[in-house]
Parts: sequence; C-alpha cells; structure tokens
Amino acid sequence: MEFIIVKFVLVVVVFLVSLGIAAYSTYAERKIAAFLQDRVGPDRAGPFGILQPLADGVKMFMKEEIIPTHADKGLFILGPSIMMMTACMTGVVIPWGNTLIINGTEYPVQITDINIGILYIFGVVSIGVYGIMIGGWASNNKYSLMGAIRASSQMISYELAMGMSIIALVMMTGTLSIGEIVKQQEGMHWNVFVQPLGFILFIVCAFAECNRTPFDLPECETELVGGYHTEYSSMKLGFYLFAEYINMFISSAIIASLYFGGYNFPFIAQLGLPHNILTLLGTLIFFGKVFFFIFFFMWVRWTLPRFRYDQLMHVGWRVMIPLALFNILLTAVIVLWQNGQFN
Amino acid sequence: MQLTNRSEVVVNKVMTFKERLYFPAIISGLVITVKHLFKKRATVKYPEEIRPVAPIYRGLHVLKRDEQGRENCTACGLCAVACPAEAITMTAAERKKGEEHLYREEKYAAVYEINMLRCIFCGLCEEACPKEAIFLTDRMLPSDMNRANFIFGKDKLVEGVSNDSRIDISKRTNAHRKD
Repeated sequence: MEFIIVKFVLVVVVFLVSLGIAAYSTYAERKIAAFLQDRVGPDRAGPFGILQPLADGVKMFMKEEIIPTHADKGLFILGPSIMMMTACMTGVVIPWGNTLIINGTEYPVQITDINIGILYIFGVVSIGVYGIMIGGWASNNKYSLMGAIRASSQMISYELAMGMSIIALVMMTGTLSIGEIVKQQEGMHWNVFVQPLGFILFIVCAFAECNRTPFDLPECETELVGGYHTEYSSMKLGFYLFAEYINMFISSAIIASLYFGGYNFPFIAQLGLPHNILTLLGTLIFFGKVFFFIFFFMWVRWTLPRFRYDQLMHVGWRVMIPLALFNILLTAVIVLWQNGQFN
Repeated sequence: MQLTNRSEVVVNKVMTFKERLYFPAIISGLVITVKHLFKKRATVKYPEEIRPVAPIYRGLHVLKRDEQGRENCTACGLCAVACPAEAITMTAAERKKGEEHLYREEKYAAVYEINMLRCIFCGLCEEACPKEAIFLTDRMLPSDMNRANFIFGKDKLVEGVSNDSRIDISKRTNAHRKD
C-alpha cells in the first residue's frame, strides 16, 4: 500500500513538474531568443513577464476549435493526443535523484527503474512519430502531409544513429537500466569523458528527434506554412507545441543522466551531509544540468539556420550512422582490451 | 567596382574537410550569439520610456488657445483644404453674445474632427493655418481597439485653459524661425 502511495505521489509530481517546465520553457525560449537578438522579450504579464505562459495558455484555450471538413475526425484528434501522451510517458524511467530514506525504508526518486529503461524510451519515442504522422495525414492538406513525411523520415533515420550511439554506451556500462547507468557515474566518472563521440552523436540525434533547429524541417515555415500542424488550432495545436517542449525537457534529462552523471556531482562523499539532504542536493544538481541542456537547445536554435532536406538525409545516413558504427567498433575494441582479451 | 573591403568572390567550390565537419562553424556561431546575451538591449520600453524625438517632430495635433484662454481657430477651413489625406472636417458657427471669453473671433469651429487613421502627420494643416490655431506636437498618438475612437474631436484636440494644461509648442515654433 505504502509502495503504491509513494509511486503515485512520484508520478503526479513528475507529471506536474514536466508540464510546468514545459510551460516555462516556452517563456524561456522567448526570453533567450530576445536576449540573443539584443531585445527584451515578453515583460508585460507580471514581473519580467513571468505570467506569460498563463496568458499563452488562456489564449490557446480561447481560440476557435477548427476541424477541417475533409479531415478524418477521429485521427485528427488522435494525432495530438498520441503526441502528448508519449511525451508525458518518457519521464517514468528517468532517475530524478538518489534514494530517500523515510522511516527506515529506502525509496528511489525514480518512478520505475525497469531493466530495459533505454529500450522503453526508444519505444515510446518512436510511437511519438505516429502522433505527427497521423496528424499530418488526417489533416488532408498537402503541406501537413509533406511536413508529416519529413518528420517521420527524419525521426526514423536519426533514431537509427541515436540507437547505435547508445549501443556503445550500453557495451561499456553493461546495462540498459538508466538508474544503474547513473549509479555507475558516481563522482566525476561521467560517461561524456569516455564516450565523447557517442555524446556528440547522441545530442545531434536528440535535436533531430525533438524537431528542433537545425533539424526543424517538419514545421519549416518558409516552405510548408506550418508543417504537420498547419490545420490545427486551439488546444490541439497547443498540445503539439507543448509536447515538443516536454520532449525537449525529457531529452535534456536523458542526456544529463546518460552522459553527465545524472544526480551525481564531484566530491559527493566528502561533504559529510545526511543521506536525504545529499539526495535533494543531487536532484537540484540534476535539474541544473537539465536546465543547461534546455538552454543549449534554445541557444542552438537561435544560432543556426535549418538544413536543407537533402543535407539532412545526407548527414543522417552517410555521416551519423557510419560514425556511430565506428564508435561501436572502437568501444568494443577498448572494452575487450580492458578485459585483457588481447593478452 | 569594389564598394567595401568585406566583399568576397563567390565560387562554387567544394567544401573543405574542416567545413564539412560543421562543428568549428557551429561553435564560432554559438560564441557569437552568446556574446549578444550580455550586450545592451536596443529596446525602448515605449509607454514608460519615450524615445527622444527631434524638435520639429510631427506628432499629435493640438488646437491652441490664446493668452486669455480663447480658441484661436476661426473655422476658415484652410487646414482641411491643405490636408492631402482629407482627414480634417469641421463645422463653423457664429459666436453669440457672451461667448467672447471662449472664442477669439466672431466665427469658431463648432465641430472640429481629425481622423487619426487618415492623417499622415505631414504638418500641412499647421503651415496653412493663418491664426496659429493648429500645431503638431511631440506627443504620440495612443493606440486603441476601436476605429471610431481614432476620430479626434475638439474634446481631445483643444488644449486646456489653465496654465498647467497648456501644450507647449515653443520648440516647434522656434525651430521654424530662421534667425
């Protein structure tokens, strides 16, 4: 019973936190965009415009809900729902912190540490492609369809390279459980130092998976009006946009936990603080890392122009995948050498 | 002809290995943008902070009163004739007995309207006015949600009688002077 209550509380907290962070990511995006362009950004709603996400939310709800006559109504509604659902589902396997000890029982600050955590994330993320594909298809609009085709082909090609960059990591750590991978990176033994190539491949693919610039071709405004969500309005459009920000948050969390030590930070043992305080501190550090990567996503967005479609496919298939394969080979050789197989 | 020393000859050359890596270019781009994070913002926060304008700036109109607080305008209609946007309309009326403290001459404008959405702020009305009644000021036209509110009548155009509600136009009249 206690177990269920703790898990329920965790699920609700993670859900609310990811929604809150996604909402404030929209604000942060506008602010950072403004700062990088020597502007001020939204500053009217509340102090420093801090209530801007609320105003945006109200605006989204107030907009007219349009379902085009020739659209497939069921699928049209299903698209954004899938997108939002999968975006919220991925937060489940991320270790947000170490364990909390309450009344002598140890509770991990992670909803579930399934032993195939990485596979689970890949599975859920690849369902997310259906959200875009179905939305674009059901709109019965050529721009939406073009955007959906681009999105799905882009996401599928980059998922390959992403999966392969993870394989190298899995070979090193010997586990698919994200909780276990984070535990192994105690102190400063972060995976980014032993897998630099894998990290670069992973972060580039993460950009492509999130449809962020320079890989935001699916919603390329200059060519496709709005891409796969051209026909969407009101909160259904809001769901698509919101899901993108949740995905960005979750990607940042995954990058932070796979390559940057998750809740670990250097000199953790020397502090001599009680266990629960250390866990909370670790969670704060983890969120610091996540926020840095969210900032990095935005920073890149307001720096780079987008790729052309053939360049995107070229980079995906002829650069990323061979590099990922090379990384696997290199890691395999080093792992075998460390195990003394060559002596 | 070379205009600047920044020009580069465009050639359809093959990208070098360093260029094909993309990362050096991406990192230098990121450095450029992050430098802008700490630069001074170019934004002027308008309602709180007003950008300094030239002394002869042509903003919102004012209908002046003379020293005794009487309206200068005699509804001669020269401003309406001069107006290239046809933004000004007026109705003239005759001054009654006992109204001498309100209007300077025997004729005055009972209705004087400027359609601010038509007005192009050229200042020809001011130039045409023989009575020094209409001037353009350094005030900005406030925004509104309703088109009807942009037709400014005498209630918005005529300056107040008391000293502190007078609109200062000395900067404009002095700027016109040649001496």
